Amino acid sequence: MAIRSFFLFILFFSSSLSPVFSLYEDQVGLMDWHQQYIGKVKQAVFSSQRAGRKRVVVSTEENVIASLDLRHGEIFWRHLLGADDVIDGIDIGLGKYVITLSSGGSILRSWNLPDGQMVWESSLQGPKHSKSFLLVPTNLKFDKDNVLVVFSNGRLHAISCIDGEVLWKKDFEAESFEVQQVIQPPGSDLIYVVGFAASYQFEMYQINAKNGELLKHESASFSSGFSGEVSLVSTETVVALDSTGSILQTISFQDGKISSQQTPISNLVEDSLGPAVIIPSSVSGIFAIKTDAVTVFIRVIGEGKLEVVEKTTHEIAVSDALSISEDQQAFALIQHASSEIHLTVKLAHDWDGNLLKESVKMDWQRGLVHKVFINNYIRTDRSYGFRVLIVMEDHSLLLLQQGEIVWSREDGLASIIDVTTSELPVERNGVSVAKVEHNLFEWLKGHMLKLKGTLMLASPEDMAAIQSMRLKSSEKSKMTRDHNGFRKLLIVLTRAGKLFALHTGDGRIVWSHLLRSLHKSEACQSPIGLNLYQWQVPHHHAMDENPSVLVVSRCGPSSDTPGVLSFVDTYTGKELSSLSLDHAVVQVIPLPYTDSTEQRLHLLINADKHAHLYPKTSEALSIFKREFLNIYWYSVEDQNGIIKGHALKCKCTGEVADEFCFDTRDLWSVVFPSESEKIVATVTRKLNEVVHTQAKVVADQDVMYKYISRNLLFVATVAPKGSGEIGSVTPEESWLVAYLIDTVTGRILHRVTHHGSQGPVHAVFSENWVVYHYFNLRAHRYEMSVIEIYDQSRADNKDVWKLVLGKHNLTSPISLFSRPEVITKSQSYFFTHSLKAIAVTSTAKGITSKQLLLGTIGDQVLALDKRFLDPRRTVNPTQAEKEEGIIPLTDSLPIIPQSYVTHALRVEGLRGIITVPAKLESTTLVFAHGVDLFFTQLAPSRTYDSLTEDFSYALLLITIVALVAAIFVTWRLSERKELQEKWR
Amino acid sequence: MAAVTPLLLLLLLSSAPSFSSESRNAYNINGRVKIPQGLGLGTKGYALPGRMSNVKVLLNGGQNITFLRPDGYFSFHNIPAGTHLIEVSAIGYFFSPVRVDVSARNPGKVQAALTENRKGLSELVLEPLREEQYYEIREPFSIMSLLKSPMGLMVGFMLAVAFLMPKLVENMDPEEMRRAQEEMRSQGVPSLSSLLPGGAMN
Repeated sequence: MAIRSFFLFILFFSSSLSPVFSLYEDQVGLMDWHQQYIGKVKQAVFSSQRAGRKRVVVSTEENVIASLDLRHGEIFWRHLLGADDVIDGIDIGLGKYVITLSSGGSILRSWNLPDGQMVWESSLQGPKHSKSFLLVPTNLKFDKDNVLVVFSNGRLHAISCIDGEVLWKKDFEAESFEVQQVIQPPGSDLIYVVGFAASYQFEMYQINAKNGELLKHESASFSSGFSGEVSLVSTETVVALDSTGSILQTISFQDGKISSQQTPISNLVEDSLGPAVIIPSSVSGIFAIKTDAVTVFIRVIGEGKLEVVEKTTHEIAVSDALSISEDQQAFALIQHASSEIHLTVKLAHDWDGNLLKESVKMDWQRGLVHKVFINNYIRTDRSYGFRVLIVMEDHSLLLLQQGEIVWSREDGLASIIDVTTSELPVERNGVSVAKVEHNLFEWLKGHMLKLKGTLMLASPEDMAAIQSMRLKSSEKSKMTRDHNGFRKLLIVLTRAGKLFALHTGDGRIVWSHLLRSLHKSEACQSPIGLNLYQWQVPHHHAMDENPSVLVVSRCGPSSDTPGVLSFVDTYTGKELSSLSLDHAVVQVIPLPYTDSTEQRLHLLINADKHAHLYPKTSEALSIFKREFLNIYWYSVEDQNGIIKGHALKCKCTGEVADEFCFDTRDLWSVVFPSESEKIVATVTRKLNEVVHTQAKVVADQDVMYKYISRNLLFVATVAPKGSGEIGSVTPEESWLVAYLIDTVTGRILHRVTHHGSQGPVHAVFSENWVVYHYFNLRAHRYEMSVIEIYDQSRADNKDVWKLVLGKHNLTSPISLFSRPEVITKSQSYFFTHSLKAIAVTSTAKGITSKQLLLGTIGDQVLALDKRFLDPRRTVNPTQAEKEEGIIPLTDSLPIIPQSYVTHALRVEGLRGIITVPAKLESTTLVFAHGVDLFFTQLAPSRTYDSLTEDFSYALLLITIVALVAAIFVTWRLSERKELQEKWR
Repeated sequence: MAAVTPLLLLLLLSSAPSFSSESRNAYNINGRVKIPQGLGLGTKGYALPGRMSNVKVLLNGGQNITFLRPDGYFSFHNIPAGTHLIEVSAIGYFFSPVRVDVSARNPGKVQAALTENRKGLSELVLEPLREEQYYEIREPFSIMSLLKSPMGLMVGFMLAVAFLMPKLVENMDPEEMRRAQEEMRSQGVPSLSSLLPGGAMN
């Protein structure tokens, strides 16, 4: 379809000011897709509404509160709270309000269940920090108004469910009192607050729920102390572990009297090993303790006597209790067994009798069950049915009912850590390809329909047919490489340690793989995925190999824990191999060299500044040795404010001979004075960026040479005082300094100070320019600045005579050690919005003009032409400059609604924007991720090298037919005329 | 269009001062987002993308996020004194960020200004500066646009050649005509152009 002809001049024609990215409403979904997620579910509450659609309200680790359709798992509504506003608890009040407690118990909000509109918001303060609890008692009424009981920040509140008014509050100011449970026994007007004081004293407060009056306060001291959580086994009994984790304390506070009983765990379980922890559960009469190897369920039989009911070594997950009738409570238990999970629903008082026992086949790629939530419904025969919502290790959410998975959501995709792309397989003979157009007749019919649409003759049904035809065009979702490079695989690594491959055509998951190397093991306690690198991109030599990616992870949160590498085939999703390293991974440097199988050489720097070469082959080593002296890198220590440059020295001089390990040396260091500057942003050019030309022709037939170096680093520092939030500092004591540093020599090429400005700084570096976004405190607006850097050493070469006489310096060697003659130009503009992310479009050959992609605070992505950020803009450009396409200078950057790449959609919780060049020069692929995913194609200078999607082939055909017909008619006419003339 | 609730509820709440101090160094910012009904009607039948429940109010670039009550009111709690920036994110509308000064000396005083046009606000009522239309409007089909397209021009030119040229030829002197034709024949180029009446013009 694409007519690939690089008519460069077309670029210059397209210099009109109209927004380049613009979309008609019926084009939504043709080239873009949008997926909504919520993240790993922390808590789920089922709506007990009898009528209407069944819902479940969930809160997640991405800080989302959402209402989901229980039948299909779709999102009814969803809100993403602020990053500091972590949700502590959710519940449903009065059957129609969703109550959320967040920000460490200091903000209580109520949302309308059907549409997610916020109803009220209360701010709860208190004397000190504490655990927070949210209780929604069903029968506690206060002047016909339902009451919410909230314990937060050391204060107990009773809050009206209707308007969020605080009815009464009671402080617990005792210095060392730590609340453990807040209990409201159903059917009574009492509230119990229990907790520990000074870690060996048990305290119980009995409070009148009507007015907050303290009725009783009892305490008892336990010499052995407490550890961990307490589990509530009845409304008046709790179980706690002593400080050694080996003795169970059963404490009951019936009628305000504290009595206790101690039971060593070894009395209950003979072969108990090591300290245990209590798994909190709300099932009455039963609690669970977990040691390293076993999980034990223990029942409390009156008077503090304990009895073991089950001991299991399987991975197990227990739900909270669900009361199904006046005195009956049920709960769900999930156990793993190879490829299946066993779901049992039991009654709290009857362990051996199962209400339900089901086995469900489970894809092991989903890992273990992490959480279970149970809900019941009444079947047509009036018996109870149960459905459970389970949260898996890969953060997906599944609904099980009647032994089947009713729906599943891949919510792991809400927390993407890193993204890379991979090509699809080449279309070969034998590779099955979906039939695109069945035959000529259908092809023509489709285009006739389109023509009818263009001519506005189509009926509504026709329009619908056209739209569906366009949307499901099988062309874009084929599993083979296409000529234009639009179809690719997006390889994403999620926080759960799962790798997904998404098809760029329609966003479907091609494969997903839970990395085994990211599984918890003895050697690796809490593995975290860090980055993805393209390991092998076969294109010249090794066409038969599948491309693969390298996943770098490490075993713990600190940077000196050993690293893990795994290699994953991007066509199949198979983990080819994995390596547990004996050293840490602080920095990964992909080198610009590949071996004969197109495996890219990577240098891993560890905590002791040793460099390790991968892959560990002799071939890689010989390539590496050749380039030994040409390898430089830098490191940023942002705590100390130091940037250092490094090079390789020699082989490791350690005790073990390892020829792939190298010692390094420091070349230079830039130390920022810690009292006046703090590093807030460092940005460098993308490694794979292509620059078409170094020369830039300016208005008066003059040429400027861009200073293009891969080793330029942009660093922004702010005054330490101004590194906080906006409004915390006055303009006089805040400044921002921008540097351009050469990372081979450590030379500072440019330095500029913006007085009265502060971070956060978002910056992007491309070709010879850098654009950064910061806050200007004087104007109290955001600003964006551009710095362009030009090479002056070649400026003299423009003289033809010098070239003729050989006095040019074109042949003089370029060395970074000689002082570069550079000039910089810069300019600043106001910009309205805060930014979350910034990126620049990248194309295959770098010819197409660039657009900046700005992820705004409203979670939209705005495309802004680079020409708006051109330091050569002036208020009154000359005629020549206007012809060159220079826009008259304005103080602020325009926001054109049509140039929102995400059009009317939001990429909720936007974190990153990735651009990938397509093979077609005009087009770049854009992937924005956060809690939502969004993908689209952009053509920053319009699609000058291909026909647009709505090009009417039928019109072309009709024109050709009409022309041919006209030729014949006129030919006949002329023949007849000639004949007549001859007869005359 | 998002329903803007009647003013009844609003009056109940507006009696509270815009900035109420709670504790020594923390203040509350209360304000209101108002989306005039008239603005939404210009959309020519498009469904309004944003709803009132999807509007977010952000303080200092996302440091605090809050949502609107049904009547459009919002509040930020426990904000230290200083100069702050409030942004409103609503799909379909363009809001100017607002600079808000929370003063420790005289709490309760409203000091707010739109940063886009430096307009001061006497009370913290935020209204959209304009509506945002994310899609291009399709031009209705017209004969002119068809004619202006390259193919239209091609057809037009062909028609002109086919029907106007013979007219020109007719007006020519028959003598001259014959001479031209003879010239053609002597050249002997058997092409389509010689068959066409217009070809005689060459």
